[in-house]
Amino acid sequence: MNPSISREYSGPLHGFALLTALATLALIVVGGLVTSHGVGMSVPDWPNTNGYNMFQFPVSQWVGGILYEHSHRLVASFVGLLTTVLAVWFWVRETRGRNRWLGVCAITAVILLMGVRLMPVYIALAALTVPMAAFGFIRALQNPGSLRWLGVVALAAVILQGVLGGLRVVWIKDQLGVFHATLAQLFFVLTCALALLTSRWWLRNFTTEGPSLLLPVIPLPIRRLLVFSTFLILAQLILGATMRHQHAGLAIPDFPLAYGRILPDTSPEAVAVYNQRRLEITSVNPITGMQIWLQIGHRALALGILAAVTLSFLAARKTLGKTHPIRRLALAWLGLICVQVMLGAWTIWSNKAADIATLHVLTGALSLAVGGIVTVIAIRNRDTEVVVAGSQCLAVDENQKRQSSAAFRFFSPLRVRASSRRLPPQREFLSP
Amino acid sequence: MKNIYILTIVAALAAPLGSAFAGDITGKITLKGTPPKERDITPLKDDANCGKFHSTMPTTRFFVVGAGGELADAVVYLQGVSGKSTGAAAAPAVMDQKNCEYVPQIFAVQTGQKLSVKNSDPVLHNVHVQPTAAGNKEDNKAQMAGSADLILSFDKPELFMKFKCDVHPWMFAWVSVFDHPYFAVSGKDGTFKIANVPAGKYTLEVAHRKAGTTKQEIEVKDGEPTKVELSLEVK
Repeated sequence: MNPSISREYSGPLHGFALLTALATLALIVVGGLVTSHGVGMSVPDWPNTNGYNMFQFPVSQWVGGILYEHSHRLVASFVGLLTTVLAVWFWVRETRGRNRWLGVCAITAVILLMGVRLMPVYIALAALTVPMAAFGFIRALQNPGSLRWLGVVALAAVILQGVLGGLRVVWIKDQLGVFHATLAQLFFVLTCALALLTSRWWLRNFTTEGPSLLLPVIPLPIRRLLVFSTFLILAQLILGATMRHQHAGLAIPDFPLAYGRILPDTSPEAVAVYNQRRLEITSVNPITGMQIWLQIGHRALALGILAAVTLSFLAARKTLGKTHPIRRLALAWLGLICVQVMLGAWTIWSNKAADIATLHVLTGALSLAVGGIVTVIAIRNRDTEVVVAGSQCLAVDENQKRQSSAAFRFFSPLRVRASSRRLPPQREFLSP
Repeated sequence: MKNIYILTIVAALAAPLGSAFAGDITGKITLKGTPPKERDITPLKDDANCGKFHSTMPTTRFFVVGAGGELADAVVYLQGVSGKSTGAAAAPAVMDQKNCEYVPQIFAVQTGQKLSVKNSDPVLHNVHVQPTAAGNKEDNKAQMAGSADLILSFDKPELFMKFKCDVHPWMFAWVSVFDHPYFAVSGKDGTFKIANVPAGKYTLEVAHRKAGTTKQEIEVKDGEPTKVELSLEVK
């Protein structure tokens, strides 16, 4: 074990990580309101706001769409601040001497550069964040149990996210909005993971190398199902972001049918009729056939996710004990997905009311976060060795051994070493 | 002094000669079928700053149709004519932001012609131009209450280029750009007039934001008005 990594639970640190995750969720909600109201370009400049320093923009001018866009920028600045503090906190906690001061100085230098407020500097910083995040992630895998490199990844991500949002406005590029929305969701999952990894529960359950001594291991098929379901949700969020950033309103105005049919007519003549009959209140773009198919794909994938998460829950219920956290989380996950499907329908029935559409975005973010959390726990809690437990001799799945991945070693607080160890008897955790 | 009188008389006699080989195209645009019902612009009425400008519920104006089917806001133009823009010398077109709406909502200008965008409202708007033709630049500028007019111009022809205000998302207008002066927008009675069209055979096209397009072959004769009646149909 790296002696410099503190294994002690810190309430303030965990609380701060939780605050960062909650602030990120609030940011996603405000960002969702911006897109739902179609006001992403209501402030044409960045980082200033209509010529003012962002923090000095008069409240009397927070009118119409500016209220949402400006609020989004302020909350984003707050999340950036929280992430910076968290990154520094992790670094200071896990390093000593020259290493500590080098890291703190590097983070400070990056933040000071952000304060220069020149576009070329922002673009250069954004370009640097990608290798910075990649390096941080690799170092995190090489230093299992360490959180400081994940803090670096989070800082890189939040800088990139801020610059992406600014460039989307200054360059007037709708396409950047899709990346901005996707990165927001991934960043939220990261902040939730940091909150989990600093929690008392995690540190109590995963104190040694290998899987938890308190929880049964998660079988490979269930782990695969959980990971697959999570990736399906991520794909759905990307699809949803693509749909929203077409700025074309509802491509299909009815549900569960599509223009009165299961598969709508998307010929140019039919689409011309749809556009003729649709009277828009806001300045949305005309519908295209491709957008109609995007929505059909979104609906189909929603059914796929519902099936996958249902299977995940049923598998967890069958294999894991009633008190197993993954079983409980899988139930909550299934509940979220059911709510999400209803919100999707309601978004259409309400003619894409901004508050309903934003609630749909929020629930999507929570669904991905829960998927991320169960995936982290499941991957962490897998067996990789031949062990003897009670009178049973458990043979290692050779597949699992080959797949003893860097991801698994990362989530172990200690470096994995070959050893034999007793596991607690499985039967008390298994359902009858 | 005598020379000035002679020059004036010569100019007066010569003026008709300039249009001696041209004619006017006049006509009416009608709509067949029943258009969808216009929608209430609830966000406008509910807006704290803009709602007070409207004592009744404002509605969309996609199909402005008279009792006899007369269709307003249809853009009528000669197809296939290019490179004859007089926009640089033309008077600036004017678009206003009044009561949190664009006035007019549908109009047309020439390439190179100045378009003066006013803000007559006591609130901030932003003028976000979204062209689709290559060569016309997308732009987005804030316009404070009482600030100077924004002066815009466009280099490439384009039909129904969108203007919108992102601060007030119900505000949008459609500007068509032509590189010739032979176009008009039908009025509330459905009528239009395109003046001083050189004699010859042309394709006259009508485009409406929602009702689509239709066209007709016409021949303009010297000194004779060419009357045209065109219909668009609700599908």
